[in-house]
Amino acid sequence: MVDVTHPLRSAAAPAAPAAKTGLNRLMRRRSSVAFLMCLPLIVIITSLVIYPAGYSMFLSTLNKAQTKFVGLDNFRFLLKRDVFLMVVWQSAIFAITAVLFKALIGLVTAHLVNNLPAKGQRKWRGMLLVPWVIPLALSTLSWWWLFDPTHSAFNYVIEAFGGEPIAWLGNPYWARFSVILVNVWYGAPFFLIMYLAALKSVPEQLYEAAKIDGANAWQQFIHVTLPMMRNIIAITVLFSLIVTFANFDIVQIMTAGGPRNMTHVFATYAFLLGIRSGDIPLGASVSLFMFPILAISAVFILRGVRKRGREIG
Amino acid sequence: MKGSKFTRRDLLKSTALATASVVGAPLAAPYVHGAYAAGKLSLGLWDHWVPGANDTLTKLCNEWGEKNKVEVHIDYITSQGEKDKLTAAAEAQARTGHDIMSHRDWNIVVHHQAMEPVNDVVGDLIKQNGPISPVAEYLANIDGQWAGVPTTVGSQVKPCCSRFDLYKQHAGIDLQDIFPNDESKYVKAKTDTWTWDTYLSSAEKLFKAGYPVGLPMGQTSDAVDWVAALFKSYGVVMVDEKSDIRINSPETRTALEYLKKLMAVNPPEVYAWDDAGNNRWLISGKGSSIMNPPSAWSVAKRDNPEVAKNCWTHAMPMGPKGRFVGQLPQFYGVWSFSQNKPAAKDLLRYISQKDSARRLVAASNGYDLPSFKSFYDFETWKTVEPPVGTVYSYPPRGDEQTSMCGAPARPDVAAQLYNQALPTVMVSKFTQGNEKLDDVIKWAEGELEGYLRS
Repeated sequence: MVDVTHPLRSAAAPAAPAAKTGLNRLMRRRSSVAFLMCLPLIVIITSLVIYPAGYSMFLSTLNKAQTKFVGLDNFRFLLKRDVFLMVVWQSAIFAITAVLFKALIGLVTAHLVNNLPAKGQRKWRGMLLVPWVIPLALSTLSWWWLFDPTHSAFNYVIEAFGGEPIAWLGNPYWARFSVILVNVWYGAPFFLIMYLAALKSVPEQLYEAAKIDGANAWQQFIHVTLPMMRNIIAITVLFSLIVTFANFDIVQIMTAGGPRNMTHVFATYAFLLGIRSGDIPLGASVSLFMFPILAISAVFILRGVRKRGREIG
Repeated sequence: MKGSKFTRRDLLKSTALATASVVGAPLAAPYVHGAYAAGKLSLGLWDHWVPGANDTLTKLCNEWGEKNKVEVHIDYITSQGEKDKLTAAAEAQARTGHDIMSHRDWNIVVHHQAMEPVNDVVGDLIKQNGPISPVAEYLANIDGQWAGVPTTVGSQVKPCCSRFDLYKQHAGIDLQDIFPNDESKYVKAKTDTWTWDTYLSSAEKLFKAGYPVGLPMGQTSDAVDWVAALFKSYGVVMVDEKSDIRINSPETRTALEYLKKLMAVNPPEVYAWDDAGNNRWLISGKGSSIMNPPSAWSVAKRDNPEVAKNCWTHAMPMGPKGRFVGQLPQFYGVWSFSQNKPAAKDLLRYISQKDSARRLVAASNGYDLPSFKSFYDFETWKTVEPPVGTVYSYPPRGDEQTSMCGAPARPDVAAQLYNQALPTVMVSKFTQGNEKLDDVIKWAEGELEGYLRS
């Protein structure tokens, strides 16, 4: 009726319900709601991860004074430096050894905890997670006191048993061992909790079927447990590898890269060149050096995970 | 109606008066002098490790602020974990932050392009107080422009701090007699006996007696500074003013051969020491000598008074090319993006006056060392104890000269050389790693070539 009596209003009327319907339709779509709910996270990741990453890529293409675009010259320069090549080697040793031991310890401990009676399991789970929960800088400082060059608590015990004191942080090889040990101590609980979750999700029927087929414990582990855990192992190893390659705190607090630069990893060396020596583009190049290698390996690992997921599904 | 007639001329006149009254009102109003009428000034300063030292600096800044109606805000930033350097790097990159920032050692060179030149302030101070430390000039006077004002706070040298009782007992050397607490009583014939050779022979005796000297050989500043001072006294030049690499020289070989012998009588853990390692060594009572500002003695006063009362700070040993001590000045720089540069410069001028420096030195128990030799007569160094005169020779006296690792290389090269600890890595490779001398020198040449990249 209104439309009839007020022709001018009637001309404009269809636009409003259309807009309202459009918004409603948009809000009814689950993907739109999901996007809106993710928006705060997207903003945070964009401003705190993507932008800094992009900016450091940009910085790595500049000269020392940040006045000229030099393309990949910084990377070419680094590949000719003895110390940098040593840092690449050390970072690989540090990350691969630490991840290997973390995965191994995590797997063994997860099995042990999984086989504990349900009543006491929660206490053990809580206790074993302690290293992962304490702030890393704080726990590393405690480790540093244990390894203290002059007043090491470990050496005190060794000497009490008549042994020779060890230069934990003074000898480059012992220093490498020490930083890897602390990293394993800190990171193993992460593997433990992930593997424990994976173990609990393996259907009991599979083990029963394996037992009926005459499989022993080792065969059950190889043919049932491991295949069912492959995806979680791949993801945890990838995640841990990325985090361990980027580790800074442990090495910086315990050795600051010494003695003789023999414990430097990418992050500490990037800090030394970029912040302490004032060559920010070169520091950015050091920190980005592993990016393509890790990105490619992430693509392959995640592709394998998806493929296996489809097979299981 | 005649009286109420409002002509065009009346309109113009009244409009003009009204406008004048509106515009002129604020000009005519009495000036209210607010508490901080001249604005604000923010400072990011090094957090002093001596309790109470920050308070004296805050007091000085506030005195100036009240006098000049400027609101002064100070953030004391620790150097632990290089937090001060990280802050400076972030502010330089973002071009925002404090107005004044303190810069330790080479950081003034690292950020000199983001600094407001302070030639006027430093020029006036030199006119008032005489020559400034050559090390401060080498670091902060870049292409004729002073990038920062050398500070009293945190500036230091690293001479020997030795246990005179142990030296007398086990090495037969009377350090108090060689370096008495009165420069006029220095005798050249005696001071000339304090050479690197004497240092080595006494270190061997003290090692045998169970009290080794503790000379850090890590990659932090205490280690780099004493090795660089030794290099200088042997005439080692790593890179010269023309950017020619000169590390492959007989002087380098002699110095490294000497260090091989000296490191053999140090505890093995010196390769892992940070800047606190040598302090702890002396304070624990195990060590006979370190090369450090009086911080170790100062802490020993609290933690191990028996050690403190037997400590004597004295000059470095002399080498074939002279007697040198490593100096690390700090600087206050005004960022080029500061919003209140004139006030910042005026504050720096105020806290750099001799009387301000005297108060700062007293507050730090003599740890802080001004960059003007004319300030070395402060009472603090004569009076602090125990024993009386223990830090009298902390400011370079007699024939001792200050040196800076990396000099005379161009500053950006020397900054890398210093921060990447090239001298101590070389020594460690040769002494701990048992690498061949030629290989060590070749490696150092390669590194230096890399530092020269622009």
